[in-house]
Amino acid sequence: MSTVTTQRATEPAKRVRGRSRLGDRLLKGYVWLILAWLFLPIVVMVVFGFNDTQSKSNVTWQGFTLKWWGRLGDYPDLTEAVLNSIQIAVLATVITTLLGTLMGLALGRYRFRGQGATNLVMFAAIASPELVMGASLLSLFISSGVQTGFATVVIAHVLFSLSFVAITVRARVIGLDPSIEEAARDLGASTWVTFWRVTFPMILPGVVAGALLAFALSIDDFVITQFTSGSTQTFPLWIWGATRIGVPPQVNILGTLIFAVGVAIAVFNTVLSRRRT
Amino acid sequence: MTDIQAGTEAAAAAASTSAQVPAIELDGVVKEYVAHGEVVQAVKGVTLTITEGEFFSLLGPSGCGKTTTMRMIAGFEDPSRGTVRLHGQDVTDVPPNKRDVNMVFQSYALFPHMNVWENVAFGLRRKKIGEAEIKRRVGEMLEIVALTGREKRRPREMSGGQQQRVALARALVNKPRALLLDEPLGALDLKLRQAMQIELKRIQREVGITFVYVTHDQSEALTMSDRIAVMNDGLVEQLASPREIYESPSTAFVAGFIGTSNLLSGTVDRIVSGSAVLRLGQEGRVLVAGDGFQVADPVAVTVRPEKITISTEEPTGDLSVVPGIVSEVVYLGLYNSYAVSLADGAEVTVFQQNALDSTSTAERGDAVWLSWQPRHSYAIGS
Repeated sequence: MSTVTTQRATEPAKRVRGRSRLGDRLLKGYVWLILAWLFLPIVVMVVFGFNDTQSKSNVTWQGFTLKWWGRLGDYPDLTEAVLNSIQIAVLATVITTLLGTLMGLALGRYRFRGQGATNLVMFAAIASPELVMGASLLSLFISSGVQTGFATVVIAHVLFSLSFVAITVRARVIGLDPSIEEAARDLGASTWVTFWRVTFPMILPGVVAGALLAFALSIDDFVITQFTSGSTQTFPLWIWGATRIGVPPQVNILGTLIFAVGVAIAVFNTVLSRRRT
Repeated sequence: MTDIQAGTEAAAAAASTSAQVPAIELDGVVKEYVAHGEVVQAVKGVTLTITEGEFFSLLGPSGCGKTTTMRMIAGFEDPSRGTVRLHGQDVTDVPPNKRDVNMVFQSYALFPHMNVWENVAFGLRRKKIGEAEIKRRVGEMLEIVALTGREKRRPREMSGGQQQRVALARALVNKPRALLLDEPLGALDLKLRQAMQIELKRIQREVGITFVYVTHDQSEALTMSDRIAVMNDGLVEQLASPREIYESPSTAFVAGFIGTSNLLSGTVDRIVSGSAVLRLGQEGRVLVAGDGFQVADPVAVTVRPEKITISTEEPTGDLSVVPGIVSEVVYLGLYNSYAVSLADGAEVTVFQQNALDSTSTAERGDAVWLSWQPRHSYAIGS
């Protein structure tokens, strides 16, 4: 009697397992397809940094070489553009992270007059087309007599990445138990010590994620930078200019390096936040 | 019996040694909020004194102001009016980090990014105590709460009961003048909660620190406290020992909130020396001690279900006696619970222990007499 029941119980289970095995395989294939779709352009960029190309354009594979890595500084204006981009990105990231973290804290913790409006403006800043923002910034700078250049690019980059940092930090702050900070105060910590010893470490993963976003948004921004840069060259602007005559492999190598640094920081943050919470 | 006596003696001793400087004094403390443009009073004027070494409970339903009262002692809320004194010093305007009291939060509020050892050492670090001393005191405290060997654990890797003990250790290691506990056992299951009640009491005896305990659980308050302040609607209804609060509740609210209680109303029939005889219906008479009664006054009295005896014959002697009809009998193992309807429609609950002698067993529909000693019923201010 009991054997009959067990047989009956296992049969349909087997069938389900069989079906799910096929489903599993399909799902796996689909995931790899998506990953390939996402990474193929990056792989092409990295690989063509090693292309032994003879012509000005670097689009057909002509053999492996490491020579471009040694001739990274062949174009002084490219080097300058990359350095500009890095400086702008670092500066914009620092300012954005600072302001955005404070905004996120205020929006996540307090209820105040104008909170709804602030949220709306932040969302508008994310949703508005870059073209609109770039054009309006340019007319703003011109009408107020500000010379466009390095400083205006930094201002513009801070402007469009601020909302991203504020929103990531706010999400983190909302998730905090307010009594944890009260506990720190209760145990003798001043508001200053409480912030640095308790609040900040708890929101740090959000802050780092926001900063990474800000850096990534800044370093490859083209549209808004084009409007606000004046005579300042950045990496994306230089590449745009070079496309007409052919992009040299040095661009691929610099792109690879920027990508590698970004990935390294992202991995580091993931590991850190996993250890933390 | 001896246990209870020892307990009361200890409480009395604790009260007498520090009669000079009470640990905590609240003087006419009021807390008002503005909500939707209206002023709401969460605490409507609380005055109480908590003595050194006492286990003091603030007991009441949610929204009665007990947590707000505790948060004003800790310094997280500023009283709208009134004064808070710790050891005779006015601390009304002192921020929480400068007050010599520590709190155990309902959610434990452990620092998630620190391990157990760092959590417990946090308060000592703020006081700039030497590393060797910190090591010694944290080690000692972890031993008291039985967490030695788990120093490197993160809070999220621990069970609720363990987190609870870390929270306790983190507060106690600072040797505060008073420890404030905000429903600290609320998140634990029943078995663990009962174990922690005994544990808390043991720890309190061991460290000799004043405990102020906020709870809505009356049995928890009765089990652990030396004294209880029963709060309702922003006010203290009664402040007394657990025994006194149970045996002689001073208001209808206290009688109803603590345990089961019967509320009877009658009118004063005559005054005998030091007590009044109330008339309930045609045949009921209830004796109540106290002065200030006037003949024909309406008076409400309470009596606990387990103090009432059920009998089929009219009892004799100096007892309060009320006739009624049994409307329900519920067998509860240790005792029977009877619902008895009185002539005026009121229903009285009676617990009768299932003793060897079961002659008093009444059935549903029986006409019975309820009787109790006059000292077991109290007039209630309405």
